[in-house]
Amino acid sequence: MKVLATDREGGQHAFTYQEGDTLMQVLTEEEDIGIRAECGGCCACATCHVYVAAAWLERLPPQSDDEVAMLDGAFEVAPQSRLSCQIIMSPALDGIEVTVAPDWD
Amino acid sequence: MTEQRSLTDAVIIGAGPVGLFAVFELGLLGLKCHVVDILDKPGGQCAELYPEKPIYDIPALPIVTGGELVERLLQQAEPFEPRFHLSQMAEKLEKLDNGNWLLTTDLGMELEAPVIVVAAGGGSFVPKKPPIAGIEAYEGGAVHYAVRKMESFRGKHLVIAGGGDSALDWTLNLQPVAASVTLVHRRPDFRAAPDSVAKMHALADAGKVKFLVAQIAGLEGADGQLSGVKLKSPEAGEWVELCDTLLPFYGLTMKLGPIADFGLNLHENHIAVDTEKFESSVPQIFAIGDINSYPGKLKLILSGFHEAALMAHQAFHYVYPDKKLRFQYTTSSSELQQRLKVA
Repeated sequence: MKVLATDREGGQHAFTYQEGDTLMQVLTEEEDIGIRAECGGCCACATCHVYVAAAWLERLPPQSDDEVAMLDGAFEVAPQSRLSCQIIMSPALDGIEVTVAPDWD
Repeated sequence: MTEQRSLTDAVIIGAGPVGLFAVFELGLLGLKCHVVDILDKPGGQCAELYPEKPIYDIPALPIVTGGELVERLLQQAEPFEPRFHLSQMAEKLEKLDNGNWLLTTDLGMELEAPVIVVAAGGGSFVPKKPPIAGIEAYEGGAVHYAVRKMESFRGKHLVIAGGGDSALDWTLNLQPVAASVTLVHRRPDFRAAPDSVAKMHALADAGKVKFLVAQIAGLEGADGQLSGVKLKSPEAGEWVELCDTLLPFYGLTMKLGPIADFGLNLHENHIAVDTEKFESSVPQIFAIGDINSYPGKLKLILSGFHEAALMAHQAFHYVYPDKKLRFQYTTSSSELQQRLKVA
């Protein structure tokens, strides 16, 4: 099962995942593609912000109030914005495409 | 020595959970500590990022919030009377001729000790700077990430951006001072305190502040003078909101900062340490908690606690080179109990 990620420079990366991983873990463990994930995945910092390709958005569980509130600490928030630490990977998400959101200076 | 200079046994950089427990472990061995932190309160990430989030993996505490953990660690460290130097960043570290280290903060505080303990987690918390092209040219003049003196905003036309307590509090506090205040937030709801949100809406209804649901798309101006902020929203498209000052409040992020220049061996922005003493490549300088790196490292608070205990035993020898360290238990040692002020 794979995640296809585009970094901020347009570089393409493929990551394998196991059911139950969070998307943030998948995007940060093997390679640094510029996701800081400062709080370690407890929905407290908004530095794991990604855009999920529109076709995949509807397959994701809806955002919690916590995630919506925490996205206030992100920049360039769009309808496809998600905090990757809040997305739990399942077989249904095999092939999901995401783009890393702008980083803070 | 002036008030700005102190001599102590150990200087701890970072008042997060691991720094606080280091006060305890060093204190048990009779060592006094000063603690420096950039935040205005002890607790580090636990206090800043998740004070209300439950933590489940602290030994013997099946559930504890970040805030409660900090409170308990402060209580545990209390008998050792740590001196805190808050709201300042550890800026410069130099070796003195007498063998001690001298740490200087960005507020000019000088702390001298034979032992330095870097417990700085992910680095210093600093305001998030929006990645807007050309924003640097306005920083310090027209763009501010913090309010130091309210007076400096008198008569200004402000755009304040963000949806947390800082954005709301400064909207309310600067409204009487500024010529105009426009609050920009990406959605109609806020995570700030409901009371502040209600006050802001009341001011907006009275025409005293302007509240816009939008995001920042760019800056307009020249030569460091801001003339407006370009905003965008799905409904209204893009437009320019006139202003001369922008205050972005998007929370804090972590930067390694000056620690990178302390001359320590770094491994991917972490301080490389041994696993017996958690000492860095430079003798007398230790690194514990999330900031360090060694084979098998797990970024857990409990790992940092363990590292603090082993660090303290080596630190003792730097403070008392001629003394033998006797390993003792708090359950049985009257000496430790006296230090803990329970005997």
